[in-house]
Amino acid sequence: MNKFKLDWLILPLLGIAVILGLWALFSATWAKDLPSPLKTWESSKPYIVEPFAKRGEMDQGILRFTWYSLTLVAQGYALALIIGTPIGFFLGLSKGFTKTFDPIIQILRPVSPLAWLPLGLVLFLGTGKEAGTYGALFTIAICAMWPTVLNTAVGVRAVPQDYLNVGRVLKLSRWKTLTKILIPATLPYMFTGFRLSLGIAWLVIVAAEMLTGRPGVGGFLWQEYNALIYEHIILSIIVIGLVGFVLDRLMSLLEQRFKTA
Amino acid sequence: MKPFLEISQLGKTYPTPSGKPAVIVEQFDLKIRKGEFVTLIGHSGCGKSTVLSMIAGLTDVTSGGIILSGREVVGSGPDRGVVFQAPCLLPWFTAFENVMLGIDQVYYTAAREERRQIAEYYLTVVGLADAMHKRPAELSQGMRQRCGIARAFALSPKMLLLDEPFGMLDSLTRYELQEVLLDLWQKDQKTALMVTHDVDEALFLSDRVVMMTNGPAATVGEILEIKFPRPRSRKQLLEDPFYYELRAQLIGFLEERSHHRPVHAAATPPPAVPPRRRNFLSSLVHA
Repeated sequence: MNKFKLDWLILPLLGIAVILGLWALFSATWAKDLPSPLKTWESSKPYIVEPFAKRGEMDQGILRFTWYSLTLVAQGYALALIIGTPIGFFLGLSKGFTKTFDPIIQILRPVSPLAWLPLGLVLFLGTGKEAGTYGALFTIAICAMWPTVLNTAVGVRAVPQDYLNVGRVLKLSRWKTLTKILIPATLPYMFTGFRLSLGIAWLVIVAAEMLTGRPGVGGFLWQEYNALIYEHIILSIIVIGLVGFVLDRLMSLLEQRFKTA
Repeated sequence: MKPFLEISQLGKTYPTPSGKPAVIVEQFDLKIRKGEFVTLIGHSGCGKSTVLSMIAGLTDVTSGGIILSGREVVGSGPDRGVVFQAPCLLPWFTAFENVMLGIDQVYYTAAREERRQIAEYYLTVVGLADAMHKRPAELSQGMRQRCGIARAFALSPKMLLLDEPFGMLDSLTRYELQEVLLDLWQKDQKTALMVTHDVDEALFLSDRVVMMTNGPAATVGEILEIKFPRPRSRKQLLEDPFYYELRAQLIGFLEERSHHRPVHAAATPPPAVPPRRRNFLSSLVHA
């Protein structure tokens, strides 16, 4: 398609209009239980115009719920990076370590967050009321760390021999080799991993909240499903999507900065 | 007088999947005096860079040995300043920081201010006074190699090893840098071994040119003494009829005689040495 003025704005709006049209059409015809766009808007309005309102445990403004989810994601994600990055370095540096742990990583990697969560809850049964929080953190961390682990490992293996030779000629200590050569050279790969990990962490939080019933976007979604307020399911989906999109954009900005550095 | 660098019976073989090891260099003998500038010349792929890399300690020696000022060379170290072909500057550091990285290693007892002065001195001498706080990406290829030279000299090494340092430069820049190198070499009275395949470069810089035979199993073919007075000027050299005689000899070797192994180097396979086990972090640099 030819470029024209404002195409960057008009075309996406056109796409949204098409989807809204289909949505309205479906809810009017064969999917009678699907709320129409208009009904969704009216029912969601109090949650959007007062985004930080707190009317009760499970009746709060949508951004307040989002904030709860984000704080939990931030903790789980931080955990994933703190554990995942060193593992990635070991995998990249040592063939023995790779041979030992790569098979188990390949097996654990595809396991769904829904499968990890019950194990997380069991692990932290002793903490009583907080088991839900710790279980969710555990699940986020273990699901989100794999892209960081694997990308860091690839990055370490891809460090040019020339740079390492410089380190050898100068007889840099292990610590200096790590901080002056390996980490800077691996940084672009690490950030690609970090970005992918954040995407996964955000996917996992919704599932974790649905199962544990914690207040947050995911918990809200599940509760409103049980309360038969289907409009709010759609509201939650849209918010989850938007937040995920914004997070990814922010991370790729950061990633670009380190690519050019 | 005892030689400053003594290479004797040096050999390098690599194992191949077929089981028959590939012999790169064999029975390579060379003695270099202190303060001498020697170039290794030969066709590309003949193994001259392998010899340099073994002296630098970046490649393991298969057979024979290297003695530098009375001590056997084992592994790499900053007592040998290496100038790489691609200057190998770390792109996340400025030119200054790249030079400082080495200085911090060698002069770790000196005060920070003193170390800074050493870096600034060498960067200024190579002509980077105004660009020393730029990153390699902002520097031209020639300026990067100037920085590479500064980094090597700033280590105050016993010996300089230069691996086709000007191979990637246009000829005007190459001439400039050859003079920068020669100036520093004379000022600091270093011993230098340089690999090149540029005949004029070898003649302009060296006291001796070592011609290597073609690989596999490359070795020293002939050695040419270059007795032009120093300091040399390119103009003077080009006006000297003897220059063209030497040039003809070098080219003659490269074109005709480099295919034949000298008689004294009998082609006996060197004893196979099992590869040494390496520890964890040093294994990464070989990966």
